[in-house]
Amino acid sequence: MEVYRKQGGYAAVEKALKTMTPDEVLEEVKKSGLRGRGGAGFPTGLKWSFLAKPEGVPRYLVCNADESEPGTFKDRDLMVRNPHSLIEGMIVSSFALGANTSYIYVRGELFYVIRILEKAISEAREKGFLGKNILGSGYDLELYVQPGGGAYICGEETALIESLEGKRGNPRIKPPFPAVSGVWGCPTVVNNVETIAATSWIVQHGGDEYAKIGIGRSTGTKLISACGNINKPGIYEIELGLPVEEFIYSDEYCGGIAGGKRLKAVVAGGSSVPVLPANLILKTMAGESRLMSYESLAEGGFVSGTMLGSGGFIVMDEDACIVRNTWNFTRFYHHESCGQCSPCREGTGWMEKVLHRIEYGHGKMSDIDLLVDVAAKIEGNTICPLGDAAAWPVGSAIRHFRDEFEWHVREPRLSQERNYGLAGYADPLPVQAAEA
Amino acid sequence: MSEKYKITIDGVSTEVEPGTTILNAARQIGGDLVPPAMCYYSSLEGSGGKCRTCLVKVSKGSEKDPRPMPKLMASCRTTVMDGMEVQNLTSPEVQEARKGVVEFLLINHPLDCPVCDQAGECKLQDLSYEHGTEATRYEFNRRTFERIDIGDKIQLHMNRCILCYRCVYVANQLTDQRVHGIVGRGDMAEISTYVEKAIDNDFSGNMIDVCPVGALTDKTFRFKNRVWFTKPVWAHRDCDKCCGRVTLWYKGDDVLRVTGRKDEYGEVHEFICNTCRYDKKRTKDWVIEGPAKVERQSVISANHYDSKVVPVIDKR
Ligand SMILES: Cc1cc2nc3c(=O)[nH]c(=O)nc-3n(C[C@H](O)[C@H](O)[C@H](O)COP(=O)(O)O)c2cc1C
Ligand code: SF4
Ligand code: SF4
Ligand code: FES
Repeated sequence: MEVYRKQGGYAAVEKALKTMTPDEVLEEVKKSGLRGRGGAGFPTGLKWSFLAKPEGVPRYLVCNADESEPGTFKDRDLMVRNPHSLIEGMIVSSFALGANTSYIYVRGELFYVIRILEKAISEAREKGFLGKNILGSGYDLELYVQPGGGAYICGEETALIESLEGKRGNPRIKPPFPAVSGVWGCPTVVNNVETIAATSWIVQHGGDEYAKIGIGRSTGTKLISACGNINKPGIYEIELGLPVEEFIYSDEYCGGIAGGKRLKAVVAGGSSVPVLPANLILKTMAGESRLMSYESLAEGGFVSGTMLGSGGFIVMDEDACIVRNTWNFTRFYHHESCGQCSPCREGTGWMEKVLHRIEYGHGKMSDIDLLVDVAAKIEGNTICPLGDAAAWPVGSAIRHFRDEFEWHVREPRLSQERNYGLAGYADPLPVQAAEA
Repeated sequence: MSEKYKITIDGVSTEVEPGTTILNAARQIGGDLVPPAMCYYSSLEGSGGKCRTCLVKVSKGSEKDPRPMPKLMASCRTTVMDGMEVQNLTSPEVQEARKGVVEFLLINHPLDCPVCDQAGECKLQDLSYEHGTEATRYEFNRRTFERIDIGDKIQLHMNRCILCYRCVYVANQLTDQRVHGIVGRGDMAEISTYVEKAIDNDFSGNMIDVCPVGALTDKTFRFKNRVWFTKPVWAHRDCDKCCGRVTLWYKGDDVLRVTGRKDEYGEVHEFICNTCRYDKKRTKDWVIEGPAKVERQSVISANHYDSKVVPVIDKR
């Protein structure tokens, strides 16, 4: 607490509560161009302005700290290392939204994080930043930490709300959206940890300053959790717009592929987003170099692009097996499906079984098209986006690495002994880039 | 509000009250363009949205905002906007998605219709007949569960369950205390009573009626006969617990079973109590009204019905 204060912490709270109106805070956030860091990248200011404000009905802000996407582990670190930045963000955001009760929904496995947050909250309360009449401004805020059950699906905002209310974490059918009917049926905003933490900086320095960072409509910085076959896995705060190539190879970030191997593929935004082969992650179809931004990564749509997602950057080298990796992801989605709607409940299990069969050398050629078809029949036909998230990795893996799937079917023995290696169509560019 | 919304489904237009869902608007028009619904149940609040068989394409959002909706929508949970245009049968995309949903519903289904009591009045049987493919592409072991008796009147055959949640809503909304629910998640989710408790409640029998498949069946009727050999007759009695309006299922002179009255979409609007359902199985318990008036027949019963008992088309 002391350190955070010395570095200017909680100045945003003072500024917002003493000198600004809630609408002015909202205006700054709108100006900043801040977009949700939870995966969908929805503009935060816009989301806040959708919040219904009927008279006499309480409103809630819920922080989504359920982070359980494979490959994404940024929020945890943010909360452990700098819990006060989240709490400060919660205070100014709640103030902007007119919420007097706010929750931080933390993934249940993270006991120690919950303890850290609770300690930080009581510190903030002692200093008068929480509770009744904060800093004499007349604004009240209670902040609660709610441990979840440790289910991936509870990160979906409506499932999170159900779980927060003490029910089974089944996503709700939308509409109504949480902005109209969320926690206890009241208007609610759900935001990611990183999103909320960014708001206090915006309040302090102004939305225009924030908008100067980054590129185009991807403003600000983003935490990227990098893992896989790289020299320096870890969490990096990058300015949006950084070239992907620089991110992977520069010593400031991932430090290149471990063991001097070659890059095969990247899952750029957590397990749900489409996987891209080396050539397409470094350069778009148009030959421009790909940047770490919402727009650039999505360039080419799903045919040749992907998504920034939640910032889980998984790097695979030449020895990685795409089939195995896809199977592994699918196994996760199968396990985490809540089971409400038929396509996701049945389809994820089916895909997992077929992928398992291909990976272990019992596959058939027709299985590959079957997978494409099953994935297509899940996509877009489910209640919540988990169905899509399960379908995309499978669809994209087959789209870009069909050879490798076919090889598994054709060479069942060989595929048990060794991996396919770099695909013939993967651009040799990474090697040259590493040397340059 | 007297203002009505105009909606066009597969080129047929009608006007409905604001707040009406696309599915109910389609039912007002009637006929083949009505999307099939496996989980929605009009008298159960909150039901629907889960099975995804009722998906339709909204090709025009409304008069004000004519943009089409980007995804297929669950018609049972999407409300009509003024000027909305919807495609069901006319959209190949919808037909393809529905075929997919039917396939998903069947991959873990035991396909044991020959020994299932629900055969002949099973919504899944009808659905797969109308929208399914002939052969399955699923080559793995199907999910299996032990059969369990929940109480002395109801048997749960979880293998056949499509997790429509209807029985959960019945227990929530009709009985004092729900003692069963969905346990587990994903395709391991199952309907269960926590510690194999018996469901014992005046209105528990309605779970059988709302179950679209053969997962919950009436043990007092089990294997007595095929539904299509029995004759549904409407009857009523003075009951202090429920409306007392039921369907009696006759074989010769014997009442084999008592159920609520289902409409053409297989939905009961007036739930009945267990006394009427289980304890009143003699003709003299009832005032007979005449043959049941239901328009729509299941794929099986359509061939077998004695034409004398399927006469009247009832459009309520
Ligand atoms: C299956 C699923 C899991 C999700 N998990 C998370 C999560 O762990 N953390 C998170 O912040 N958002 C998660 N989301 C996204 C949330 O639904 C929601 O969009 C997000 O919290 C909104 O915050 P933002 O606007 O700040 O990004 C998940 C979404 C889905 C469909
Ligand atoms: S898509 Fe999957 S996780 Fe989402 S509601 Fe449907 S079954 Fe549940
Ligand atoms: S037992 Fe029947 S009513 Fe209950 S969820 Fe399963 S299919 Fe639906
Ligand atoms: S009836 Fe609409 S989703 Fe099941």
